[in-house]
Amino acid sequence: MSTSQRLRFWIANRFVMIVAILVLVYLFLPVAYTFVFSFNNYKKSNIQWNPEGSPTLDHWKNPFGPPGIKDALLTSLGVGAIATLVATVLGTLLAFALVRHDFRGKGAGNILVFVPMATPEIVLGASLLTIFVQGFNQVGLTLGFWTIVIAHIMFCLSFVVVTVKARLQSLDPRLEEAAQDLYAGPGGTFWRVTFPLVLPGIVSAALLSFSLSFDDFIITNFVSGDATTFPKFVYVSYLRGIPAEANVIGFSLFVIAVLLVIAGQVVGSRRRSPA
Amino acid sequence: MSALAHIGGSTSGSAPAAQPTPTKRGKVAYLLLLPGVLWLIVFFVVPLVQLFTVSLQSKFPGYPGYYYRDVNFGNYLTAVVDYWPHFARSLLYAGLATLLAFILAYPLAYAMAFKAGKWRGVMMICVIAPFFTSFILRTIAWRQILSDDGWIASALNALHLLPGGHITETWVAVVAGLTYNFLPFMVLPIYASLERADPKIIEAGGDLYANGLTTFRTVTLPMSMPGVLAGTLLTFIPAAGDYVNAELLGSDISTKMVGNGIESQFFRVVDGYPTAAALSFTLMAAILALVFLYVRKYGTEELL
Repeated sequence: MSTSQRLRFWIANRFVMIVAILVLVYLFLPVAYTFVFSFNNYKKSNIQWNPEGSPTLDHWKNPFGPPGIKDALLTSLGVGAIATLVATVLGTLLAFALVRHDFRGKGAGNILVFVPMATPEIVLGASLLTIFVQGFNQVGLTLGFWTIVIAHIMFCLSFVVVTVKARLQSLDPRLEEAAQDLYAGPGGTFWRVTFPLVLPGIVSAALLSFSLSFDDFIITNFVSGDATTFPKFVYVSYLRGIPAEANVIGFSLFVIAVLLVIAGQVVGSRRRSPA
Repeated sequence: MSALAHIGGSTSGSAPAAQPTPTKRGKVAYLLLLPGVLWLIVFFVVPLVQLFTVSLQSKFPGYPGYYYRDVNFGNYLTAVVDYWPHFARSLLYAGLATLLAFILAYPLAYAMAFKAGKWRGVMMICVIAPFFTSFILRTIAWRQILSDDGWIASALNALHLLPGGHITETWVAVVAGLTYNFLPFMVLPIYASLERADPKIIEAGGDLYANGLTTFRTVTLPMSMPGVLAGTLLTFIPAAGDYVNAELLGSDISTKMVGNGIESQFFRVVDGYPTAAALSFTLMAAILALVFLYVRKYGTEELL
């Protein structure tokens, strides 16, 4: 085999993998740009790299310097935490009902859960805005933190149901039968067998909820009034020039999230292996 | 972190259970359902109904910002007549982005399912990780990457391959942004359905047809169809309703999508509420109709 033939064979054999890696590079390219531009020594706008100023660490030294950025981040974290908690509890209950119970209107229930996911965000945002403005303000609910929370719970709920449902459906019912054969009561079976088995699905659902809520812009922009979340802060300041501190925070969150995910993987696999 | 894979897994058909799950009858079900269903009714169904009534309201002549209850389908006429180019762009851009995302996502999902081995977990993290940098920041990064003095535009300009001289402010940038933003939603469901497929069947297909392309078309692709279906829906629907990419990457007029129209009617036009509502409903109807046709052609009943 000549060298060129061997090269061609090598490439053909790994072609899919090479394309896959290129696609991953494509996925990471903007993240890399966000990182690089956090060192930009810009004067007016952080959109263009300033070739005159040497790269600076200033933005990393005081990421909460620009007015409003800290409040925006805290709002996002607060909304994310509350929305995740409520959506995970409500969604898990719904998933149990839809998988483990027979009742009238089950089909309708499944559709009610599916349709919000098939509705464009802008329609969800627009409809919530009309009802908040034309109805709920009469009971004292004005646009702000709590309307964002309500909206986020609504769109996270369907994703929680779908995630937990998938986990429940893949459980082997024989495990619960075995528990009952061993004289566990219904409560004992649930808390000592069913729940621990479903827990990874619930944790995934919570993580998914938090990341959906934290990164949401379109719905938030419709229902937030004067309140500002981190994505809204970035979007609004785009016209005036986004402070590089936003890049610092965005990239740091990325690093923290990746570390948490890796830690979760390691703990998860350790817990699995001795058992 | 496998949360998104679960979505793919479940929208693309239920995971194979060892035995049918036992179901119970009784009042407990309604107690479990009540809070979640109530939330969805109050904050999803009722607002949609309200938005629909708004889309039929008429303006009070002489009182800007006031409407009265009416059955005025004229708003829909305005929406379609004034905004048909926006609708056309939304559906076209979203369709293109979905196709491109499919072309990029399939090799990645395939490599993760069959070629990655012990690197599978790492690749999975790589697909999800960019989510954690705010998508607005990443879209702005695309503006920087594609800008006129960026390396892509400069290289294309040097080769005289860029008519007009710009990438940003054109539809190409908007479609590129849409493709990028929703790519993970295409990768994960396809991966979930390929992961469940038996690689031996694909090998057998390879033995039978001995041609990579034929094997792919007749064996691999049909096996991953539930995932492809879920992925196209999860990409197309949000892409068609998006306005952020058109706002940040597109131009002032010629690349605006329906989302931009809805947003500006809501926030920047006095008396815009009924038109905005009518636009929203027309968009939803158009998407539902397309999805319905698409699912009927390719779908399985497991989708729900």
